[in-house]
Amino acid sequence: MSDAVTIVNLPDQSTARIPKMNYLSKENGLLSWLLTGDHKRIATLYLISITFFFFIGGALAGLIRLELLTPQSDLVATDTYNKLFSMHGIIMVFFFLVPSVPATIGNFVIPMMVGARDLALPKVNLLSWYLYIVAGGMMIYTMAAGGVDTGWTFTTPLSTHYVNTHVITTGLAVFVAGFSSIFTGLNFIVTIHKMRAPGMTWFRLPLFVWSHYAASILMVLGTPVLAITLVLIVLERTIGIGVFDPAKGGDPLLFQHLFWFYSHPAVYIMILPGMGVISEVVSTFSRKRVFGYTAVAFSSVAIAVFGFFVWAHHMFIMGISNYAALIFSLLTMLVAVPSAIKIFNWAFTLYKGSITFETPMLYAFGFMGLFTIGGMTGVFLGATGTDIHLTETYFIVAHFHFVMVGGMLMAFLSGIHFWWPKWTGRMYPEKISQLAAVVTFIGFNLTFFPQFILGTLGMPRRYASYPPEFQILNVFSTAGASVLGVGYLLPVLYLTWSLKYGAIAGNNPWQATGLEWQVQSPPLTENFPEIPIVDHEAYDYEWLERQREKEVASVG
Amino acid sequence: MSDSTAVAHGAAESAHHEHPPYQRHHFETVAQQFDATNFAMWLFLLTEVMFFGGLFTAYLIMRNWYYPAFVEGSHQLNVGWGTANTGVLILSSFTMAMGVWSAEVRRKGLLVLFLCITWILGMAFLGIKSIEYTEKWEKHHVPGIHWSESSFLNPRSDPEVYKEYHDKPLAPDMADKTEMYFFLYFAMTGMHALHMIVGISILTFMIIRAQAGAYTTGHVTYVENFGLYWHFVDIIWIFLFPLLYLISRY
Amino acid sequence: MSHISPVLWQFLVKWLTNFALFPPEASKIAPQMDELYFFMVLVSLVGLTLVILLVLSFSILYSRKRHPVAVQIEGSTLLEATWTIIPLGLFLIMFVWGALLYFRIYTPPANAMNIYIVGKQWMWKAEHPGGQHEINSLHVPMGEPIQLTIISQDVFHSFSIPAFRVKREAIPGRYTSVWFEATTPGTYHLFCTQYCGTEHSHMIGDVVVLSRDDFKKWLQGSTSGASLAQNGERLFASLSCTACHNTRPDARGPSLANVYGSRLTLSSGQQITADDAYLREAILNPSQHITQGYAPIMPTYQGQISEEGVIALVEYIKNLDSDYRVQQTTASTTLPVENEGKSTATTPGTVKP
Repeated sequence: MSDAVTIVNLPDQSTARIPKMNYLSKENGLLSWLLTGDHKRIATLYLISITFFFFIGGALAGLIRLELLTPQSDLVATDTYNKLFSMHGIIMVFFFLVPSVPATIGNFVIPMMVGARDLALPKVNLLSWYLYIVAGGMMIYTMAAGGVDTGWTFTTPLSTHYVNTHVITTGLAVFVAGFSSIFTGLNFIVTIHKMRAPGMTWFRLPLFVWSHYAASILMVLGTPVLAITLVLIVLERTIGIGVFDPAKGGDPLLFQHLFWFYSHPAVYIMILPGMGVISEVVSTFSRKRVFGYTAVAFSSVAIAVFGFFVWAHHMFIMGISNYAALIFSLLTMLVAVPSAIKIFNWAFTLYKGSITFETPMLYAFGFMGLFTIGGMTGVFLGATGTDIHLTETYFIVAHFHFVMVGGMLMAFLSGIHFWWPKWTGRMYPEKISQLAAVVTFIGFNLTFFPQFILGTLGMPRRYASYPPEFQILNVFSTAGASVLGVGYLLPVLYLTWSLKYGAIAGNNPWQATGLEWQVQSPPLTENFPEIPIVDHEAYDYEWLERQREKEVASVG
Repeated sequence: MSDSTAVAHGAAESAHHEHPPYQRHHFETVAQQFDATNFAMWLFLLTEVMFFGGLFTAYLIMRNWYYPAFVEGSHQLNVGWGTANTGVLILSSFTMAMGVWSAEVRRKGLLVLFLCITWILGMAFLGIKSIEYTEKWEKHHVPGIHWSESSFLNPRSDPEVYKEYHDKPLAPDMADKTEMYFFLYFAMTGMHALHMIVGISILTFMIIRAQAGAYTTGHVTYVENFGLYWHFVDIIWIFLFPLLYLISRY
Repeated sequence: MSHISPVLWQFLVKWLTNFALFPPEASKIAPQMDELYFFMVLVSLVGLTLVILLVLSFSILYSRKRHPVAVQIEGSTLLEATWTIIPLGLFLIMFVWGALLYFRIYTPPANAMNIYIVGKQWMWKAEHPGGQHEINSLHVPMGEPIQLTIISQDVFHSFSIPAFRVKREAIPGRYTSVWFEATTPGTYHLFCTQYCGTEHSHMIGDVVVLSRDDFKKWLQGSTSGASLAQNGERLFASLSCTACHNTRPDARGPSLANVYGSRLTLSSGQQITADDAYLREAILNPSQHITQGYAPIMPTYQGQISEEGVIALVEYIKNLDSDYRVQQTTASTTLPVENEGKSTATTPGTVKP
């Protein structure tokens, strides 16, 4: 990685100041934050909240990996282990991954990207954050009161009739969190449809907006099904009805269908916003428009649409008919293609570009490699024959951690670093952040690659103890996890440090296109002094050049 | 910056000082505000469709599996009350639509009148529902809590219903499944009633605001969007009624 | 080396002896699945290498130092088509290949020997047709197709034998099945792979593959008396099924001789094949599975009989090819006229082998 060459363009640090009037300084006091309608403040509230839950989920992961150092259940009791992995899954999925990019970066940046002063429904946005906090509070209560051990998948009849942990509070917590997600998605769809600035046509939108639009469709249409499924579980637990209980005439497979009908689109809700980040970052750090803009935009929508029709690939061995399995497998193969298209488009964005390797770009490269592995292993699972052997083993665990942690979390970190100067007005320290990115990448591979092998060998998932021959790989995995933990802790430390001591960023330290980079950092509460009229395409670096020339001409 | 923004600047400035008090600052025009909030309400109703969809799916599967149980279960529901409720809701949708019209033509008195009638009709619906629920409780047809299958194992023990339908006694395993029918009955109508309660609560708030003149100065958004929600709750009932009450009547 | 660091040495030894990338191939289907698996690994490696090569080479060739001015390129329909069609083609190959494997694994051959598996929290029970019961283990002969009919007594479990590359969910309320043909004698892992509560990680066991002779010896050595069908016959009588299911002229139920595998017309007019699932459902939810021409008076046995009991009955009915023994039974007992299924008439002597 070249060290001297960078596209960072900071104002003269001896004279630069954070702009006096910005969304952070506009009003002070706790109430101005708790009753805000400003999407940027709400995004900041979300950022703090999800970081908090991320570390809780991460601590649970650390405990899991510690237990798995040895084949026996010697660190914690089996019941406790079951609670550890259940709560790790629930917190990471519903309280971190689903809101991660949309509720933080999306909330912050989308109104500016489309040229609006705020999202369409600011009060609904704030409500969305409060719902998240209420849900989070319920989740913390659940953990303090003894936890839940159904797995994040709440499989019936285990969750309805066979455990006596806090399934109801957890179910309700996820229900509330689901509505937080629905309202975020609803807000995005309305904003993107109705609040674009004059001249901002659909095909001039940044690809970040397209991917959030696709994810929002999934949020809005899929999450309510999860909500009603959770209601049915709560009802079944409280009054003992058997919609999912075969002894009473119900059908446990009905639960599976209803649950996965949401939970499969959920994984696309989780990854699509990350893909949007990668589009922005790869473009900016190659100084080029994204290769095949239309293809990338449509592939996001294709993933969203196809994503609704593949849910039963989680049920191939559960007694669905062979022919149903066939259809879902075929559709799964189809949904894998748009992701492949994106990876190649991003790779070719680099072609004849002018590439630098700042931290966001390092995370983006990490994403491209790790998501490719994760995505390809998804195809292993989408083929019914191999799924029989690989499902319900550590292969699945490795697969989804590759796409979610190696993919989504890397994209999230990439985006945080990329928009940090816009968010706070300050730059993060480049050297240590690059180090953290590399440490994360190494730690991640060490943690999760052995799990593919464990899965192929047959080690089942959700096992507190395992046959001794699996120990070596588990030890590797735990070793990697400790490295990974360091890699995630570092950003928290240096980003906090940068709030006070980071270099002043100025409007456009990355010299990026995009309307958000044409305003001050941090932005005004109303984003734009006046609504821009858009007359250029997305990623129009030539337009950017002309802007700069004009500025130089008018100032100089 | 550039010339194009200068044009926008001029336009924005004049707009800025002229917008009505109910236009939120992040919207450029009232039309945009109305458009956006209206679209948002339609989207929200779409999520509600998906929400109820899960219940309808469970219902359709169970009805397909246990048809005789569902038929005899539905005979326990009073079609008279159900029809009355349907009429009440359709009428309330009409009065709600009239309310929206009143807001548009800025006639405060009419608006408050129609909103009040809608409110009364909504309460009437809930009242009839509570009569029906009480009857179910008395007959031990509340699943899980207060349940007995005797009316289905021996239909003659319930003379009123038997007179009308002359049901055959169900086999014990099929009689078991009537509990499933009633669970879905309570879940679906209960969820619907919950939405009615939310609607009536918002309606209460709206009547007070309407009386203060909030909706008759050009700001019809609130009334119109609420109208959409009310119509939606009505439509859900229109689906529930035949599915739950009219299973064997065609 | 070992005197430098015994711990490290032990670690290395353990690693090298246990080092394996995939489980032993102990069934006929295992090498076939491994073929597909390795094809997929190969394709993934090629794909990953391609992506890494592209990213690396472009990063080097077009780094800002070497290539300070970017060339704005819109896209290329040809390239888009290429990297749409080639991955799609490869995925479709995997789809077809995987589907063929899937159908092969989940379509048991007609001559397979059937063993019943009942999963419950937190153990596996295997029931051989000869009446041998096993807990957390499964003895099978090599070289013969074996079908497993699996059901759970409580929650979802999943019966997994990695060495055979087979796995099937154990679902409460319905049978699922899978088959395999073991090729190599030995002992292999048996896991429950669907999280089922506290002792999920301990719901493991051994699959023991024996040569045909050894298996015969094992069968003889571990029989617990009556075969499954004989147990079923005993249950059939003790639950008073014989009261209706006989060949007397006034019989209230159909005779069950040779019913297994036959086409039946139900009272609803629907035509079905009387397989295991039908037989089970007919015992537990009879009112929807009444044969045409008979009154819906069969009581349900839900809650009165365990899954093992149902299995015994199903196995009995499967092997029933005549009504002779039932006749014997009914002829030698007196039954009340208005039978509500609670008759306790049992006939000693009819269930001896």
